[in-house]
Amino acid sequence: MNMNATLLGQAITFVLFVWFCMKFVWPPIISAIEKRQKEIADGLASAETAKKDLELAKANTSDIMQQAKVEANAIIEQANKRKASIIEEAQQEATRERERIVAQGLAEVEAERKRAREELKQQVARLAIAGAEKIIERSVNEAANSDIIDKLVAEL
Amino acid sequence: MTISSPSSPQEYIKHHLHSLQFGEGFWAFNLDSLFFSILLGVIFLSIFHRVAHKATTGVPGKLQCAVEMIIEFVDKTVKDMFSGQNKLIAPLALTIFVWVFLMNLMDLLPIDFLPYISQQLGLPYLRVVPTADVSITMSMAIGVFLLIIIYTFKYKGVKGFIKDYTLHPFNHWAFAPINLLLETVSLLSKPISLGLRLFGNMYAGELIFILIAALIPWWSQWVLSLPWAIFHILIITLQAFIFMVLTIVYLSMASETEDH
Repeated sequence: MNMNATLLGQAITFVLFVWFCMKFVWPPIISAIEKRQKEIADGLASAETAKKDLELAKANTSDIMQQAKVEANAIIEQANKRKASIIEEAQQEATRERERIVAQGLAEVEAERKRAREELKQQVARLAIAGAEKIIERSVNEAANSDIIDKLVAEL
Repeated sequence: MTISSPSSPQEYIKHHLHSLQFGEGFWAFNLDSLFFSILLGVIFLSIFHRVAHKATTGVPGKLQCAVEMIIEFVDKTVKDMFSGQNKLIAPLALTIFVWVFLMNLMDLLPIDFLPYISQQLGLPYLRVVPTADVSITMSMAIGVFLLIIIYTFKYKGVKGFIKDYTLHPFNHWAFAPINLLLETVSLLSKPISLGLRLFGNMYAGELIFILIAALIPWWSQWVLSLPWAIFHILIITLQAFIFMVLTIVYLSMASETEDH
């Protein structure tokens, strides 16, 4: 048995075997590996995208929050103004009312005073007449003198 | 030990089944098996070590992908089979699987390439497939055997160990001698079957390659040896897987605490 010839035969086999492995054994293994690699890469990429989305959403929310704050402030401002104006109005209204009431009261007081004064005049007149009657001691025709009395009253 | 070119098929076969030995009788060391098993172990460890150190959490490279796939596969197998919690089992299974696979893989190299080179270097004999050497497979099997005993002690204690071997399968003290005999046989059969199965498969595979090389004219050898080599891809993977699975199963049995 020639060692060299055997080596040659084995070399043929080995070449064919390597070719077989390259053709049929290696591709499925490497494709499995590449598939796994791709899956991992995709997973990482999608995680990255999700992260970015989240950041974007966060930024958005803070924007919205800011806006909402501004709006709320504006509304509060407006409400404050409105409140102030309502109070102002109410105050003015109240002042007017008070003035009206006071004026009415004054008028009433005035009328009362006038009435009392009138009454007083009449009583004073009656007293004067009674005094005059007593002084005169004689029944004087009241009717005949009433014009004098009226004149007196008017003069009081 | 002189350099001699074998001239007849018988001599050729004999030559190829002879290990490069150092020493005599039981104390002979098969240097070639030792060398190749250690070399392959170092290759396995250095590749995995490098990948483990360079491992990235981002998109992995192709080598890292391949290593990850092997580790995931072994991890899944261990999780499916080993009921308890143990940190040793998965690395042990991984080492067994990859190492045995690499040693088996040597079978696919043309049987004369490395021996021819070594002959030019002055080494008269060389067997390149460590797992076709019964000493290597049996030494691995004995390692597993020792682990079985250690695990039995660890998980069941001395009492459990004694109980396992005296009150099983017949749960009565009167049967203790018979139980002991049966259980001893079953215990011893584990490493023997483990080691001899791998050895037998690899030895037979190697022998067929040798026979093809020895008996068939060189220009037509590929007709037989190519299909055999292709078939061998399956065998070497399967044998590595079986060795791993049986190791896991034996250790799982040893660490199961419940009586059945």
